[in-house]
Amino acid sequence: MRDVLSLYSEKVMEHFKNPRNVGEIENPDGIGHVGNPVCGDIMELYIKVKDEVIVDAKFKTFGCGAAIATSSMVTELVKGKTVEGALKISNHAVAEALGGLPPIKMHCSLLAEEALKSAIEDYLTKSKKGKARRHKENAKCKIQ
Amino acid sequence: MRRIYLDYAATTPTHPEVVKAMLPYFTDVFGNPSSIYSYGQEAKGAIEEARSKVADLIGAQSEELVFTSGGTEADNFAIKGVAYTNEHKGNHIITTPIEHHAGMETCKSLERRGVRVTYLPVDEHGLVDPDNVRRAITDKTILISVMHANNEMGTIEPIAEIGKIAREARIYFHTDAVQTVGHIPVDVNELGVDLLSMSAHKLYGPKGVGALYVRGGTKLLPFMHGGEQERRRRASTENVPGIVGFGRAIELAKQEMDEEAERLTYLRDQLIKGLLERIDHIRLNGHLTKRLLNNVNVSVDFVEGESMLLNLDLEGICASTGSACSSSSLEPSYVLLALGLSPELAHGSLRFTLGRENTSKDIDYVLEVLPKIVAKLRAMSPLLKSRR
Repeated sequence: MRDVLSLYSEKVMEHFKNPRNVGEIENPDGIGHVGNPVCGDIMELYIKVKDEVIVDAKFKTFGCGAAIATSSMVTELVKGKTVEGALKISNHAVAEALGGLPPIKMHCSLLAEEALKSAIEDYLTKSKKGKARRHKENAKCKIQ
Repeated sequence: MRRIYLDYAATTPTHPEVVKAMLPYFTDVFGNPSSIYSYGQEAKGAIEEARSKVADLIGAQSEELVFTSGGTEADNFAIKGVAYTNEHKGNHIITTPIEHHAGMETCKSLERRGVRVTYLPVDEHGLVDPDNVRRAITDKTILISVMHANNEMGTIEPIAEIGKIAREARIYFHTDAVQTVGHIPVDVNELGVDLLSMSAHKLYGPKGVGALYVRGGTKLLPFMHGGEQERRRRASTENVPGIVGFGRAIELAKQEMDEEAERLTYLRDQLIKGLLERIDHIRLNGHLTKRLLNNVNVSVDFVEGESMLLNLDLEGICASTGSACSSSSLEPSYVLLALGLSPELAHGSLRFTLGRENTSKDIDYVLEVLPKIVAKLRAMSPLLKSRR
């Protein structure tokens, strides 16, 4: 039983209160599905790609405040990026864009990074432009 | 913004009357109770007065009470104390998988030192079956430790029945009564316990003070070595203001118990009923009737607890969750998992624990706010879609 007030930065809370790009994309070009119910967070990321540029991204997330805020932020960060450029977005970049995360919540940003990579790989596989390299879901609940 | 505190099982505000009773013992009557001059003896008198008030509430003798730094210390003292004192007799402890961390981690620490611990199963409501206690007893069993009421999901255990079994088998019986003392009647003889843990800050007393009831004749090695305080059972200069506050809090709890019990039970039931009516795919955790009168614990499908808590906090409501999103393990409440809940449901749990300041208006407010929060979070939940 924990109190979570003031755990997060203003920016995290802002994205938590008003998450951007919630939902699904019809006929997406790539879907990333990562997480594990045992650990308490599951993230789905949908991307729409046009001419190798991510033109839209949406998410659905079951998880804590940090999981929701990082999902929201990652969708903001990828829009307008090339597929190659989006692959370079790290969990630290997501956390940084949110004004930082408590150390204990850094794993949530990793989930966002994994969801993004998984969605891009799904896109690359579908478009046969890359080799299928399935991302493994977190089987264990681990703080990264 | 209005602030509504619904986390009284975590801690309670110190009652103003309690603070008033404590204040002189910080300044005017600051003497060390072990000193023979009047300052010291006055402080000693105050401790003994508090001891008799606490003993009186639970049907014990004054000399059977040892003041501690709180419930955690009382649990450590009881469990380790019995284990160390009875090493020559046996090395088996019977407990449950739903004990507070204070009991659970103490048992685990003993396991690492070679003590065998049986964790009895609990049913879907969190109840221990006394027959299982009877069956678990071996000739090496030295202690049975079962909490009186669970802090998380509120189930009240059949302590008196287990007490009879323990007495027949002549095995020490400990209960953690941190959530019950001062809230519902607790009598050490009716319960048949040899050791009982209490904490002041759960009953509008100060933090940092509690007590362990030790039935007369129970052999227990000292928990702290040093001076001769607490009849040599717990060395350290007494926390005089804390102990005085504990005594005053107990006195107030006794005066107000019946009325408060009736009021809180009504509010609790109003909240449970309202939540089940207004939110679909929600379940009550813990026993419906054998339940702490101020505890509401629900699991909401498809949403995670911390995100509900944060949203409630934004609306001024303080509650808690069994989701472990901010702990180092990330695994959800072991108590809820022991009831057979799926990890998703354990992560989706919310606990409201009511107290002195709460009114019907608070309940109405939660019932107005929470369904909207759940709807908002469900709209972004990938779990909901996959179940459709």
